[in-house]
Amino acid sequence: MPELAPQDWQAIAVTLRLCALTTIILLVLATPLAWWLAHRQSPARTIVQAIVALPLVLPPTVLGFYLLLTLGPRGPVGQTLEAIGLPHLAFTFEGILVGSVIYSLPFAVQPLVEAFRQLGPRPVEVAASLGAGPLDRLFTVILPLCRGGFIVAATLTFAHTLGEFGVILMLGGSIPGETQVLSVLIYDYAEAMDYAAAHRLSLGMLIFAFVVLVALYSFNRRMIGVRP
Amino acid sequence: MRITLLCCLFLLASPAHALTVAAASSLRLVMPELERAFTAHHPKASVRVIFGASGKLATQILNGAPYDVFLSADDVYPQRLVDEGAAVHPPVNYASGRLVLWHKDPALGPLQPEALASDQIRRIAIAQPRHAPYGQRAAEALKALGLWQQVEPRLVYGENIGQTTAMVESGAADAGLIAWSLTFAPELADRPFTLIDRELHRPLDMAMVITAGGQDEPDARVFYDFMLSDEARSILMQYGFEPPAEP
Repeated sequence: MPELAPQDWQAIAVTLRLCALTTIILLVLATPLAWWLAHRQSPARTIVQAIVALPLVLPPTVLGFYLLLTLGPRGPVGQTLEAIGLPHLAFTFEGILVGSVIYSLPFAVQPLVEAFRQLGPRPVEVAASLGAGPLDRLFTVILPLCRGGFIVAATLTFAHTLGEFGVILMLGGSIPGETQVLSVLIYDYAEAMDYAAAHRLSLGMLIFAFVVLVALYSFNRRMIGVRP
Repeated sequence: MRITLLCCLFLLASPAHALTVAAASSLRLVMPELERAFTAHHPKASVRVIFGASGKLATQILNGAPYDVFLSADDVYPQRLVDEGAAVHPPVNYASGRLVLWHKDPALGPLQPEALASDQIRRIAIAQPRHAPYGQRAAEALKALGLWQQVEPRLVYGENIGQTTAMVESGAADAGLIAWSLTFAPELADRPFTLIDRELHRPLDMAMVITAGGQDEPDARVFYDFMLSDEARSILMQYGFEPPAEP
């Protein structure tokens, strides 16, 4: 096991913090959104579906560019924050967190839509007719029955955030301990011609990503296996 | 429950405060040495350095990046910060940079710039002139030498001078116009290079400013003064920089 530099550990901590928070925030945001997408037939649905899928096709630079303009000190969000005495979000951890949440949105929403469609509206309607409140229905009916969908959504979100690069580079710069995630640090090492350091982190990420995907697919197969 | 709380604390913990220096990529090799000398005098100070093309760093500062001191590879970008109100005091020169011609095959010996006209050299790396001072000077020198027409179709552009150097070092490009200061890496010691006549391009007068945000950071001023000290200058001289131009 090669020795990791303090800067590597710092980047690992930032990356894990970013991935974990993105996953938590997205599961909370994506659940109602996915439920709405799975069960409503309104004309707005197509539009919302397209918006959710946008980060899949847009270059990360487009997203990073607009986020930088919006969240920075001259942008509407940045100015509003500064007007109420808070710092703007460009080149901060909070800024790249907002970027990651948007960037990974389809990876959280789409598995959940799929799971909710499979579930259908019936179990929830039955629970409601038996007097279960909305929160009760979520925690005792939807969550246990769609467990697989939630696990897939969380894993994909986490893994996709791990692989994020363009948005963070544009919106976060490369500030150690703040916005320097692993992918950006590897880029930095390669640029400084420190190939040994770049190798050590790249290889680690390669193995980690492979293990996560193998675990995910074997879990998926088991889920499909038990389905009638 | 307690573990969940601990996790939340870990997730929300914000990193310790440090002096943040935005430095031109040409300073990559000398910066660790400068940091060591600086923290030897000021053991309580902690410095973190962000490298990039000077133009990119200036744009980041204009968009609110929390950098306290900006060490540019030229004097144009620091002046732009002053003009746009992102820095208060006029820029001060701390060193001068030199452009060198460098190629991947040590066996060939030093290469004269005129050799770039030959089709033997298939790819020539320079930094992106849009935001990298070394790239702008490289384009100027190639034009002044009358080589631009022949060379331009074979140019490849690095995002900053560090990446440009890596393109040549890895052999992806056959030759490159890079910063003298980046040839000082120990693993590159045997690579011959040719200094480009400084009359062929605008000077690389390296200037620095304390940003508007850095005004509140006490260590910013200390670091700024250190960069003008004899000690910092002698370190810079050991890494392929020349004394700053007198204003």
